[in-house]
Amino acid sequence: MIQLDNLSITKNGADILRDVSLKFGQGGITALIGPNGAGKSTLLNAIAGLITPSQGSVTVEGCDMIRARPPERASHVALLAQNEQVTARLTVRDLVSFGRWTHHKGRPKDEDHRKIEESIEAFDLVTLADRRLDELSGGQRQRAFVAMAWAQETPWLLLDEPLSALDPRHVRDIMDRLHALTRPGENQRSVVIVLHDLSVTAHYADRIVALKNGQLVTTGPRVLAMTGPMLSDLFGTGLAIERFGGRDVVVPC
Amino acid sequence: MVDRRILLLAALLAVVSALFLFWNLRAPMGFVLSLRFTKFAALCVVGAAIGSATVLFQTIAANRMLTPGIVGFDALFVFIQTMLVLTLGGAGFARLPTLAQFGVETTVLVLAALALFSILLRKGADDILRLVLTGVIIGVLLRGLAGLAQRLLDPSEFSIVQQASFATFGAVDKTQLAIASVILVLCLVAALSIARSLDLMALGRRTALPLGLDYDRMVFVALGIVALLVATSTALVGPITFLGLLASSLAHAVLSTWRHARLLPAAAIIGAIILVAGQFVFERLLGLQSTLTVIVEFAGGALFLFLVLRRPRL
Repeated sequence: MIQLDNLSITKNGADILRDVSLKFGQGGITALIGPNGAGKSTLLNAIAGLITPSQGSVTVEGCDMIRARPPERASHVALLAQNEQVTARLTVRDLVSFGRWTHHKGRPKDEDHRKIEESIEAFDLVTLADRRLDELSGGQRQRAFVAMAWAQETPWLLLDEPLSALDPRHVRDIMDRLHALTRPGENQRSVVIVLHDLSVTAHYADRIVALKNGQLVTTGPRVLAMTGPMLSDLFGTGLAIERFGGRDVVVPC
Repeated sequence: MVDRRILLLAALLAVVSALFLFWNLRAPMGFVLSLRFTKFAALCVVGAAIGSATVLFQTIAANRMLTPGIVGFDALFVFIQTMLVLTLGGAGFARLPTLAQFGVETTVLVLAALALFSILLRKGADDILRLVLTGVIIGVLLRGLAGLAQRLLDPSEFSIVQQASFATFGAVDKTQLAIASVILVLCLVAALSIARSLDLMALGRRTALPLGLDYDRMVFVALGIVALLVATSTALVGPITFLGLLASSLAHAVLSTWRHARLLPAAAIIGAIILVAGQFVFERLLGLQSTLTVIVEFAGGALFLFLVLRRPRL
């Protein structure tokens, strides 16, 4: 379980997050939505324990993420930051292998190699596995980073706009993969993801957390909390949810 | 298993070492060999220290164009020399026990570096750019102060400072050299023991921290090793700014790897090769003395310009 109590974060005198209290249980996809500058990335980084709040607490599976050392934090959550880039000349397989760092500390064992290959396969990277990252397109690189976070094998996966550079096919592939991963089962995981595509959110999210100006607007099951009037108010423009081909689609109105 | 390319580099070092030590060896052989060996050992220690320190520093800074010299080590060394000559006078400076001078200079350089790193990195190690820029500005300030102090010196004292401002391998004290060698070996062992963490650190703080690396602690450890290596080498022979850039760039080019377990020894060996081979060419073949560092600076500077122009985004 992730629990935030009265979380406030200030940066250079400005309030980025104000008094946010949240609790979400394991399983499913939780989408963080809101306009630019709402504090979504900051919230994700705070959950990962990478930002020290000015007030409040963050616990993941009972672990105090603010006080925990990096290896302990990395055993609870994997975080994929926005626009990840590395300057080292790594291949896709090298990068995914770094996702297993908390398990192998630089000395991969058979189990690690197996998990690395599984992640490469899961994100359609088999043909690119030995290519260097600087030879790939933005979308291909993005998938490699998602595979790295996946390989970390943590109960919680925090993804900050992982779909931003992807074509529709890979958006669907990745979201289908995340959806399957978060269903009840032996290796069920939980995903918290920042999304800007509201139709993708409407189709895949189990829960939503809506933020605006650093404050929590609403949270709850997607079918109940995500409504046309709420979205219109959140983004400051007319939006409606329509049924199209058996799916919910968000359209301007 | 040791990388074949590292073995080739070691073999190349053995060849240039043999040339340096035995080329044109005349009687009294024992005496000449002893002199040559001291100089050879100093060249190897300094080359290895600067080469490996630069690889470490570039990993911390996530920038392959930076060298530890850029954060003001050289300027601080020249400033210390100038102030010693100014306060003690030329004769007093010459009377200083060499071992004590070496110890004080090394300690001051390490403490200054650690103070700079500690103050700037207190709020987290993500602000390497600020560290580098502050180092550059401190370097400019120290150079200015040293320049001002040098105007107060008489010409003979000024020439002492001038001589100390360039690295010289001609008159290295054997005890200092032995101490520097021990420090080098300890630092290299320490660096190799954290090589796997350095591999992850090279991805940058934003990526490495969520993957479980205690990034800030590792930066302090790595910077401590860099400070010790560069301070020891500078106190031993004087400043060589661009040698590290040459050694590190060549190590990356030869090995094409991100693994520090290979890069560190390769850069150390290449640093030694550059100095030993350069000194051999100038001393034995061209019959010139004390110009090696000028040529290293020139070649390193040209490489730096090439790297900057080739990759406009730093």
